[in-house]
Amino acid sequence: MAVLVLAEHDLGKLSASTARIVAAAERLGPVHLLVAGQGVAEVAAEAARIAGVEKVLVADSPALAELTAEAVAKLLAELAEPYGHIVAASASTGRDAIPRLAAKLDVMPVTDVIAIHGPNRFDRPIYAGNAIETIASGEPKHLLTIRASAFRPAQSGNNAPISAVGPDVAAVAKFIAAHRTESELPELSTAQIVVAGGVSFGSAERFALVEDLARTLGAAVGATRAAVDAGYAPNDWQVGQTGKIIAPDLYIGIGISGALQHLAGIQGARKIVAINKDPEAPLMKIADIALVGDLFEVVPQLIAGLKR
Amino acid sequence: MKILVAVKRVVDHAVRVRVRPDGSGVETENVRMSMNPFDKNAVEAAVQLGEAGHADEIVVVSIGPRQSNDVILTALAMGAHRGILIEADGRVETLAVAKLLRAVVDEEKPDLVLLGKQAVDDDSNQVGQMLAGLLDWPQATFASEIKVVGGGLEVTREVDYGRATIGVALPAIVTADLRLNTPRNAALPMVMKARSKPLAVRPVAEFGIDVAPRLKVEKVSPPAERPGGRKLGSVDELAAAIKSELSELEAL
Repeated sequence: MAVLVLAEHDLGKLSASTARIVAAAERLGPVHLLVAGQGVAEVAAEAARIAGVEKVLVADSPALAELTAEAVAKLLAELAEPYGHIVAASASTGRDAIPRLAAKLDVMPVTDVIAIHGPNRFDRPIYAGNAIETIASGEPKHLLTIRASAFRPAQSGNNAPISAVGPDVAAVAKFIAAHRTESELPELSTAQIVVAGGVSFGSAERFALVEDLARTLGAAVGATRAAVDAGYAPNDWQVGQTGKIIAPDLYIGIGISGALQHLAGIQGARKIVAINKDPEAPLMKIADIALVGDLFEVVPQLIAGLKR
Repeated sequence: MKILVAVKRVVDHAVRVRVRPDGSGVETENVRMSMNPFDKNAVEAAVQLGEAGHADEIVVVSIGPRQSNDVILTALAMGAHRGILIEADGRVETLAVAKLLRAVVDEEKPDLVLLGKQAVDDDSNQVGQMLAGLLDWPQATFASEIKVVGGGLEVTREVDYGRATIGVALPAIVTADLRLNTPRNAALPMVMKARSKPLAVRPVAEFGIDVAPRLKVEKVSPPAERPGGRKLGSVDELAAAIKSELSELEAL
């Protein structure tokens, strides 16, 4: 049976996570990639180029403009019948819609999948990643959200057919306003390099040092919950159990002690670099490379050193 | 309005859990338990709506073993009016939890159900959305702000790109994120008073809902250990180390 995969996209562009969940879903069956939204023809064309996609389905409707859970769940429910698996990224839209759909279909979903062992066997983290559950599901249909960062992206180079599906959906919730974090830096959840800062920066102005280093490296910026709560960084930069889960090749944590909830978000990082005054900080102990020092001295010197 | 708040008793978020050597689960014996942190935000939001004159009754419900009375008492001490414990031993999956909550909603007829966005034990992040689906109510998940506007709510949600504000008509489901508020610590007189508030204990069987798990947990394993690495002596060494990482990345 084929797998229905919900594509992630934003501002008229396919998100990098889509190629990753396609790669994961391909292990479950032929992939039908659903692009839902309003005015998404270009996104659909991009989606058709991902290797492994058998066909692209496009649901284009004003009711899907903001991808509310109600509309997305209803759309997926209408399309669900022939599919053995329905898969979305473990991101705002999928997290919101998949459990709602699951209740409508009376199916117990598996969310935050980090490994696929077979058509009905999956690993997912529990307790902020301090334990991994291996689940076997006997459900007739499998509803999954997948952590994009846990999978390598599918290649590009395909020309899958695109067909329209006619959704009969309503948005229900009324969209009032988007408060977007404007940044020219790479998207955090799929970035190859991430520079993250903690509350010890002491102010939003000084947190800009993290952004300076990120710009030098072409990296995305992350933050701890405490730094976000203190107003030094916007909420969508939060990394951890309740923020974004990242798996960059290189993670540089500055002035971050390493609370359990933050470490939950970076366990998939290939290399961890830590800079901290306190050599005993938990992040310093698990780091592959650690430097003890005052961040206000180290970071400007490091930027200069990297530019040399 | 009348508000129903769902709360869960979980291993305290500050405890570093240990996986049992036989892979059967996580050690929960002799471990500190408390109310799921996000549920505390949900209770606080309900109490604040009450204090602002928007809510006249706050009912708190929990599903779990007898000891879950503790977290209901915590919610009552924070300002909820009465509690319901649906007593169930063993693992109750999110879909069964949502069905039990729907039964409570059918009985209590609240205008708003508040829940934490996820429980920090199984990290599922499902129940609020499922309950909304079962009831066919609008949902506003990951809320960082709730305003009462006209006959409905304006909820600001934490999403991947920042925040989004949506309007929902009542009845509705809202799930709380951590930045929604700072939950209060109940003063001792409130804790004493909570013990005299009504708390109904009802066996799960009374609801006639199949709560048998549908997913089999084959095993629970500890995550891969990170052994730690080398300590550098200077910023120059660090810059060199990062440069060599970067050239490795380019080679990938």
